[in-house]
Amino acid sequence: MEIELNIHRNTLVIRLSGELDHHVAKQVRLMIERTLPGRNIKNLIFDFSDLTFMDSSGIGMIIGRYKLMKSIGGNVALVCKNLQLKRLVEMSGLTKLITMYTDVNHAISEVTTA
Amino acid sequence: MKPENKMTLSFLSKSSNEAFARAAVAAFVAQLDPTLEEINDIKTAVSEAVTNAIVHGYGSSDGIVTIIGLLFDDHSIKVSISDTGKGIKDIEKARQPLYSDSEDIDRAGMGFTVMEAFMDTVNIISDVGEGTTVELIKTLQKHYN
Repeated sequence: MEIELNIHRNTLVIRLSGELDHHVAKQVRLMIERTLPGRNIKNLIFDFSDLTFMDSSGIGMIIGRYKLMKSIGGNVALVCKNLQLKRLVEMSGLTKLITMYTDVNHAISEVTTA
Repeated sequence: MKPENKMTLSFLSKSSNEAFARAAVAAFVAQLDPTLEEINDIKTAVSEAVTNAIVHGYGSSDGIVTIIGLLFDDHSIKVSISDTGKGIKDIEKARQPLYSDSEDIDRAGMGFTVMEAFMDTVNIISDVGEGTTVELIKTLQKHYN
């Protein structure tokens, strides 16, 4: 599992590769919590382009961060290509809350505000 | 029905073992030549059950999670995931989507919903104070080459 964080203006892009389960979700949450303070970040993009596996812990982690960003007037988006991941995301009803993209640059240009 | 093959796996209830557990079950089931989708379904369901055992069964205490995998002649599999943790008070409630008794706000409460969607049958056997066993059953497609 690799976790890569990049900031584009007020958007934090979290790029994960490998497998996202309960164990990894705890680490990702901690990294986001350490990165957010003092940076005026309003939006999060979870870039799951290189994720090979996810269970419902990933869904829980996204919903938790969605509540957090909404509370400060921000937004959360998801980039996802893998069919198994898409199936889980659609099953969870997460797509009612957040927009799913297939390209990270498209997501960044849509989500990031001045 | 008598199983054609069997494996037993026991490990400490550490979250770092979740990846190992689902990979081990996937490697065992690979003998039946499953499709990529079937392997993903099984890995996901096992991951949910193992996470439940660690998070809900044992919580902050340490315990042993035991997995028994059975392969049958008719291309069906049965994977049992057991803990000797606190058990489930109300199984029907635990099965409901979005229900979670965890204080962790990041638990989506989707574990059993995902298991039921990805497997043919999910049995839950639980006694308060004794522990929980989740049985995951699925018949795989047969390939004729």
